[in-house]
Amino acid sequence: MTTTTDRGLAGHSPRLSQGLPVTTPNRKKFNWSFAVRTLLLLLAAALTLGPVLWTLSTSLRSPSESFKLPPSFIPWNPDFTSYGEVFKQLNIFLLVLNSALVTGIIAVGQMVSSALAGYAFAHLKFRGRGALFSIVLATMMVPVQVTIVPVFMLIRGMGLSDTLLALILPAIPTAFGTFLMRQYFMGLPAELAEAASIDGASPWRTFRSVYAPLAMPGMAIVGILAFNFHWNEFFRPLILTISEQNFTLPLGLVSLQGNLGTGSISVVLAGVVLSMIPALVVFIFGQRALQDGLTAGTGK
Amino acid sequence: MSTTTPPRERPRGAAGRARTTTARTHGAGGTGGAATTGSRHNQRWLAWIFLAPTILGMGLFTLIPIVASVVLAFFRWDIISAPTFVGFNNFSEVVQDPTVRVSFLNTIVFVVVAVALQLGLALALAVMVQEKMPAWLRVFFRSAFFFPLILSAASVSIFMRYLFNEQFGVVNWFLSLVGIPAVPWLTTPGGSAAVVILVYVWQNFGFSFLLFIGGLASIPVETYEAAAIDGATGWRKHLHVTLPLLSPTTLVASVMAIISALQVFDQPYVLTRGGPGDSTRTAVMVIFESAFQRLEFGQASAIGVLLTLIIMAITAAQFRLSKRFVFYQ
Repeated sequence: MTTTTDRGLAGHSPRLSQGLPVTTPNRKKFNWSFAVRTLLLLLAAALTLGPVLWTLSTSLRSPSESFKLPPSFIPWNPDFTSYGEVFKQLNIFLLVLNSALVTGIIAVGQMVSSALAGYAFAHLKFRGRGALFSIVLATMMVPVQVTIVPVFMLIRGMGLSDTLLALILPAIPTAFGTFLMRQYFMGLPAELAEAASIDGASPWRTFRSVYAPLAMPGMAIVGILAFNFHWNEFFRPLILTISEQNFTLPLGLVSLQGNLGTGSISVVLAGVVLSMIPALVVFIFGQRALQDGLTAGTGK
Repeated sequence: MSTTTPPRERPRGAAGRARTTTARTHGAGGTGGAATTGSRHNQRWLAWIFLAPTILGMGLFTLIPIVASVVLAFFRWDIISAPTFVGFNNFSEVVQDPTVRVSFLNTIVFVVVAVALQLGLALALAVMVQEKMPAWLRVFFRSAFFFPLILSAASVSIFMRYLFNEQFGVVNWFLSLVGIPAVPWLTTPGGSAAVVILVYVWQNFGFSFLLFIGGLASIPVETYEAAAIDGATGWRKHLHVTLPLLSPTTLVASVMAIISALQVFDQPYVLTRGGPGDSTRTAVMVIFESAFQRLEFGQASAIGVLLTLIIMAITAAQFRLSKRFVFYQ
């Protein structure tokens, strides 16, 4: 992807596409179009990153300084009082533990269940395969908000109200992940199965030892997407958990903002920054996978 | 797009690793010796075992709830007493309820404004990023615009609420630098609506941006060279070449943006709780409130069914329109 998109679109300007740095037009006159474009893009990037930088550097001001203007965007004199304070105001350890448990189990559950189902749809023959796959795809179009009332009833009926399992179980079957893994397995040659079966491997063995190891990158995409989505999820936890000991991070932070006055902005923001760390790790190490996963299935 | 197929490095590694793994299987030989005649039968069994977690889970947590939601829309039920059949009463009550009406109207206005902003911004930025520039700069811009997508809408709304505060908010401080008096962002209906839209677009334009980048990359350079020979440069190049060739991407991007905007909840819930008055109450907020605050589960389901019908109608309409206006290569 990088190689195809990085070529740029200004193919009509042969002098600039010789690999010369665009910013040093020695003989040519000043490149106004490039300058204006870059300025606009820099403005957009500042508006995108500015609020996040402000959040970070305000969380590193002392609580009494936090709402002072002019605002700070770079933490010159970091003050960690607010980070100590947020641990007192909020049971951060429990929130992180809950979020990590819910998100981790959902991610692993989705990786396994979607790999199995995706493989069945891609490489195993059984009656009703096409129809069943269409049903799976169709469920993607129904928003969570519409099924939440019956899901809530069902969870109550199963005696799971106000437990972490109430958040985990309904999120494990994944139509999108199944779709993604089916595509992935279809990209692996069917000859591998033939070769394995000539060697005497059973269908299970063929999956376990030949296909599953090759599908790890696809499973990683499913896992990263699930992690990112459920770590940040707010709507379902708001409905399916009641007591604070079962809250996940976003829920805990929103209730913290509700409880604290505007005097302790930096404390709330310290919590927000802490909650961003795992997402940041994913961003740094899995950006490509995340982008590929998010846009999967939208192409022609 | 390249995303639905496995990464490029696959073929070489696949062949290499496959050989070693089959060798290992052969040596282990535990389940080996399954005759090819029994393999068909084995496959069918294995398929159903593999599908069981997904199919059972989806049946229980998606398909049954969809049916239950539609059925529930015809009942009055508060969980405590037994449900009673009320026919279309829930629908007629919901349609006449001023709060529900306002919130659907709010949602429609929100979708129109937010999606237009999101797509316009994303397209403009994508076109600019794809023009000639140093590679590291392009990587920086792409990562920057993608970044908000990885944050939680709840956290974003938490810090945005401070940024848009009337007295000590950073937004009003910047406005005061150019002589604009403090805007009552979160205390007036218009201001709150604007904040909800801005915060939503801030977080989501990166997704449309990503789709447009992919679409732009699939337009062949030769098309632009030909257009340049014909004298199309600058904005005319984009009007006559980029826009028509990008229309399939625009369709997908707009369908996805509209569907997700119709379901907006986190931002208005955290930023304004739907207020002041009902000015930022959305359709999903009304579902949430009637079910889990007023315990009117039948009415909540009726609103949900209406929202789903709207989503389905818009999706269908867009794909019908696409047959007339989208230009496929």
